[in-house]
Amino acid sequence: MALPNHTPLNYRIWHYTYLTFCGFVFFFLIAPLFVILPLSFNAEQYIHFSAKMLALDPEGFSLRWYEDMIYGTKNPWGLATKNSLFIAFFATIGSTILGTVAALGLSSRHMPYKAAFMALLISPMIVPLIISGTAIFFFMAKVGLAATHTGIILSHIILGTPFVVITVTATLSGFDHSVTRAAASLGSNPVNTFMKITLPLIMPGVISGALFAFVTSFDEVVVVLFLAGLDNTTIPIQMWVGLREQLSPTIMAVATCLIVMSTLILVTAELLRRRSERLRGINR
Amino acid sequence: MSKEQILSSDGIPLEQSLKKAERKNKLKAVLLVAPLFLFILIIYVFPIGDMLFRSVDDRMITKMLPKTFDAMEKWDGNDLPDEPVYKGLYEDLTYLKQNKTYGKIIARLNYEKSGFSSLIKKTVRKISKFEEGNYKEQFIKVHKRWSQPEYLVALKNTAPNWSYAKYLKGVDMTFDQDRKIVSVEEDRRIYKILWMRTLNVAFWVTIFCFILAYPISHLLATLPMKYSNLLMICVLLPFWTSLLVRTSSWMVLLQQQGPINDLIVWIGLAADDNRPELMYNVIGTFVAMTQILLPFMVLPLYSVMKTISPSLMRAGKSLGGTPLVSFLKIYFPLTIPGIGAGCLLVFILAIGYYITPALVGGASGSLISNTIAYHMKSSLDWAFASALGTMLLVGVLAIYWIYNKLVGIDNIKLG
Repeated sequence: MALPNHTPLNYRIWHYTYLTFCGFVFFFLIAPLFVILPLSFNAEQYIHFSAKMLALDPEGFSLRWYEDMIYGTKNPWGLATKNSLFIAFFATIGSTILGTVAALGLSSRHMPYKAAFMALLISPMIVPLIISGTAIFFFMAKVGLAATHTGIILSHIILGTPFVVITVTATLSGFDHSVTRAAASLGSNPVNTFMKITLPLIMPGVISGALFAFVTSFDEVVVVLFLAGLDNTTIPIQMWVGLREQLSPTIMAVATCLIVMSTLILVTAELLRRRSERLRGINR
Repeated sequence: MSKEQILSSDGIPLEQSLKKAERKNKLKAVLLVAPLFLFILIIYVFPIGDMLFRSVDDRMITKMLPKTFDAMEKWDGNDLPDEPVYKGLYEDLTYLKQNKTYGKIIARLNYEKSGFSSLIKKTVRKISKFEEGNYKEQFIKVHKRWSQPEYLVALKNTAPNWSYAKYLKGVDMTFDQDRKIVSVEEDRRIYKILWMRTLNVAFWVTIFCFILAYPISHLLATLPMKYSNLLMICVLLPFWTSLLVRTSSWMVLLQQQGPINDLIVWIGLAADDNRPELMYNVIGTFVAMTQILLPFMVLPLYSVMKTISPSLMRAGKSLGGTPLVSFLKIYFPLTIPGIGAGCLLVFILAIGYYITPALVGGASGSLISNTIAYHMKSSLDWAFASALGTMLLVGVLAIYWIYNKLVGIDNIKLG
């Protein structure tokens, strides 16, 4: 953003103040994440940049906390990872199917009371988690699903569907319905049309909704705090428990793994978004 | 001449046939939405309704002392009640003693009026020695509080099936002797402070987010794609990263021996042995929540700013407006929808925040959600937790309604 040569001084000052401020905000957004990375390789057991680390002495760094995370005695991360992946996997499938089907209905121009239905179906995203957690806990306790994977998966489906509904309706908003009519006129039945025509076209939206649902379930801690028993512990629960006791380097190691994972998800989501825009013919 | 009817190919009037097709399409759309709708209705909406129900449900004691309350209906609540009330109480307590379930009513009655705990315990202990007839005298002999009308009035006050006492407690009010609503004593008013703090934090976090997000959204919207995509990662990476990871990074930064405190000491703002407490108070809550919620402000602002044509600002300039005037008169008004969307979203999310205040907030930085969790998990006053939850829910739904009116819920932007 180079300024033209004739820019007056006060505008120049204003412009660079603005850029500096923006730089500061970007730094504020991203820097906290990068504090964790070096600390997870700390050779000492304090959450502090040791003198050796600052001097970039190789002795100041080690992988012992990663070792502890994977092989440590009585460590909870193995079970937690297994549970988290299991729950997130099924919650994602449930949210994606229910959400995509509902989005198809909501995008139809024949749908009555569209706004009201939409508002209701999105509400789990808006209602504070503590309220959802409380209400779902009462329900799951009543039907005997508290402290079961099923109960947690069902509640995560609820929390994940709004994201799928939003992303898929957004994709469908630019959808050219004449292609499905063309398929129908060529003798395709509705299911076949959906599988062969509609689904491939809205796939980017479906997948990015699924990614949201996955991340929502994988990160969710409040509802699980209410529902989980000892066997249902998840990664966020273990982090929560650990953080309440004290900051340990092992948690930094886990957090680093999660940052790497979210980076991968971000890249996937970005690529999908661009592909979706290309498929729908939106050029920017 | 009669109106000629247009027929479709199978001989049915066209109008009718179109209506039929319309109905079919409508049904199809509804059937597609139905599974999710029913799922949410059963596992989400009904449980929330159940929560509302729990917050006013006071039937437990009514069911446990049925004969007492039956007899009390004829009592005006002025002097001591007559024999039938004591007889009913004798029968109810005897029954409860046999079933060993009187513990529940002790907690409930003691909440209504302190002193009931010892009163009921002592009475239950001696009740098996009661002789038939003249129960009133025997009750008073066991404990003189049975001769004080205020205890019996308090007992009568628990008779209704429904009670909104928990809601009064949530705003630091209570019933006095004569069922009048009064504020609780000065030093026990904690919930109003809590509500004010929650609103305060949500409000200021929204303002901070807005101040920080507006310039960078503008920069992202005006930079060439090449650079803005790169900078967008700074917004999206935190957005996709686990909330607990982000909170733990703030715990690292804000701790007493952490980098920010190191910096403060290095600059010379504080002595090394007198490092400021940045965490476990409301400062920690503010800073961490602002950073965590910032992407929710940037994304709607960005998507609105992206649609504003740069030629508008050039037009303003060419008509003689200074940059400041063109900004205030042209650009800013056009971004108001984005500002509304972002601010409402951040405010809604901030008002119900739980994890971050619980970890970095300490006692002075904890919000209403933390109190709900406390009553759910520690004090086990589920009815009160439900009442606080309902109050929070009503507030959030009101903002959600405004959001829906102003922005439209289907315009929420995600990434």
